Amino acid sequence: MGAASVKAEALATRLGGLALPDGMTAARETALARLSAMGLPGKRDEYWHYTDPSALNAVQSKPAAVSDNGAALFSGMDAVKLVFVDGVFDAAASDDLTLSGVSLGCLATAPAGHWAQTAYGALESAGQNPIARPWAAFNTAFASDGLLIHVTGKAAKPVSVTYLRRYDAANVVLHHVIKLDAGAEFTFLEQGPAAARLNHVIEIDLAEGARFHHIRAQGRDLGRHAVTHIFAHLGAEALFKSFTLTADGALTRNEAVITFAGPDAKAHVAGAAMGDGAFHHDDTVFVTHAAERCESRQVFKKVLKHGAVGVFQGKILVKKGAQKTDGYQISQALLLDDDSQFLAKPELEIYADDVKCSHGSTSGAIDDTALFYLRSRGVPLRAAQSLLILAFLADTIAEIEDEAIAEDIRAQLETWLARHES
Amino acid sequence: MLEIKNLHVKLEEEDKQILKGVTLSIGAGEVHAIMGPNGSGKSTLSYVLSGRDGYSVTDGSATLDGADLLAMEPEVRAAQGLFLAFQYPVEIPGVGNMTFLRTALNAQRKTRGEPEISAGDFLKLVREKAKALKIDADMLKRPVNVGFSGGEKKRNEILQMAMLEPKMCILDETDSGLDVDAMKLVSEGVNALRSAGRSFLVITHYQRLLDHIKPDVVHIMAAGRIIKTGGPELALEVENNGYADLLAEVQ
Repeated sequence: MGAASVKAEALATRLGGLALPDGMTAARETALARLSAMGLPGKRDEYWHYTDPSALNAVQSKPAAVSDNGAALFSGMDAVKLVFVDGVFDAAASDDLTLSGVSLGCLATAPAGHWAQTAYGALESAGQNPIARPWAAFNTAFASDGLLIHVTGKAAKPVSVTYLRRYDAANVVLHHVIKLDAGAEFTFLEQGPAAARLNHVIEIDLAEGARFHHIRAQGRDLGRHAVTHIFAHLGAEALFKSFTLTADGALTRNEAVITFAGPDAKAHVAGAAMGDGAFHHDDTVFVTHAAERCESRQVFKKVLKHGAVGVFQGKILVKKGAQKTDGYQISQALLLDDDSQFLAKPELEIYADDVKCSHGSTSGAIDDTALFYLRSRGVPLRAAQSLLILAFLADTIAEIEDEAIAEDIRAQLETWLARHES
Repeated sequence: MLEIKNLHVKLEEEDKQILKGVTLSIGAGEVHAIMGPNGSGKSTLSYVLSGRDGYSVTDGSATLDGADLLAMEPEVRAAQGLFLAFQYPVEIPGVGNMTFLRTALNAQRKTRGEPEISAGDFLKLVREKAKALKIDADMLKRPVNVGFSGGEKKRNEILQMAMLEPKMCILDETDSGLDVDAMKLVSEGVNALRSAGRSFLVITHYQRLLDHIKPDVVHIMAAGRIIKTGGPELALEVENNGYADLLAEVQ
């Protein structure tokens, strides 16, 4: 039996009994066709070499207990607060879906002829080349719910989403579509233990000069398996900034697929991940520069202990004609013991001759000299270690523009470090 | 204040004896200088006293106001009033200088069972001390020692000393890498901290620092021992004749 038929069979088993949800029928059907052509990911696929997809491929999800269902972050923010429970929008627990400068809707209840009908799955589909992302196609086909957000001007306040779950074995597929018109501005916040097994997609289409900020926190459910994709398409002079905090999780694969379609745009994607023990975290990023004078930054840092594993696969593709591209990529891991592991695969592929692209990847332990310096000033060992770990992650948090949000994230990091001192 | 008796220290990694019986007694309010050629063990002495890893004490003792210094963790030594101004101050990217100072100050207060200093009082204090050392707001905001010039780093050490108000200050080659003006500024900072209850151990290669920070006692260290002790005139003797004569004398 060839590899293709193994994959097809695995897919057939995985899909057994699943039916396409209502709505967005055409997009779901073509996504299912894409998925069928690709099959499920396997260890032999280049981009799944470091991350074993078998827990995602399995028919049954493994139960994962939630250690803290509380929404600790962004609580002081003036935002439209929305709640999803087990992958379904909970209107009763949420604020009204009204926000000046924004049209808010839900995937599960979108009426026929909704604007998102043409957008749903479009960027995901475009993002399947040159590298297949089967779980994203799966998501478009089977997403149970999600937000449909059309921003026409400057949003009066952020939308802050909290994911909750009632079942330890919740298997959730969520898909958000976000579209910003020319010059529009919007901030999107996400947090909470969405599912024992989560498949999450956001498609973000930024028209000329649009500005989008995204901050999310994944965490506190130790056994979680998650695969997430962000597909961003940037028009001229658009700004895209995304930061992800990941604490804990048995398996997390965060993919970001970013395309510069117009000149002078900027995209920064950053992640801080902390894992202790059974933790496998994979950041896979693909940035395509298809227009002139765009700036991309990838800043990913991981703190790993007790056998935790970190993976980074980052690519910058500069197409012919994308002159004056400024591409930057850094991936680093702080290994707090000898058992932990960091695997990095930075890639540059450049077809223009006047570009600036750089990448760096390091892994190492806490600097003994700095540790002694702090202790010699009276800072106790544990506090000094925490300070240096936070300092290591500082570059990623610096990518968050809103100082109050950055402070929230810092506090979350400190809490995690305090809980994982030994 | 500081009593060092017959201190023997080995460098763990190389299994090499560096200090071979150092005895030194510094009283409250006194300023002692240690001079000596390269490799005589001056920096080792400062590291052992402040508790750096990698050294093992094979014999002897060191006490601060009667308490066994060598049994304490580095942070406890600091809270008990010991301060080492580093020869090479460490750069810590990602930690703001202000955060660093405040964390250190409050950690020491906590260890001593004192309440934390309020944000307002801290700000007032740090501004006042920084001004005297010509440290501007930008240097306070930047990450610890990152991108600082040699002079700025040494001034930053003295600022930490001024903020933490230790009783026993060890200055390890604070003059290295300083031009004349910077040395003057740093010395003024140190002199401003001289008081009846505060003692200094100034480690240096050169006499010129001692023109600015006037010592009460000068020790000459060579091959892991104090080979001669005298008044300030001993430093001048070294400046004029080098170490060769002194070394020949003891051999």
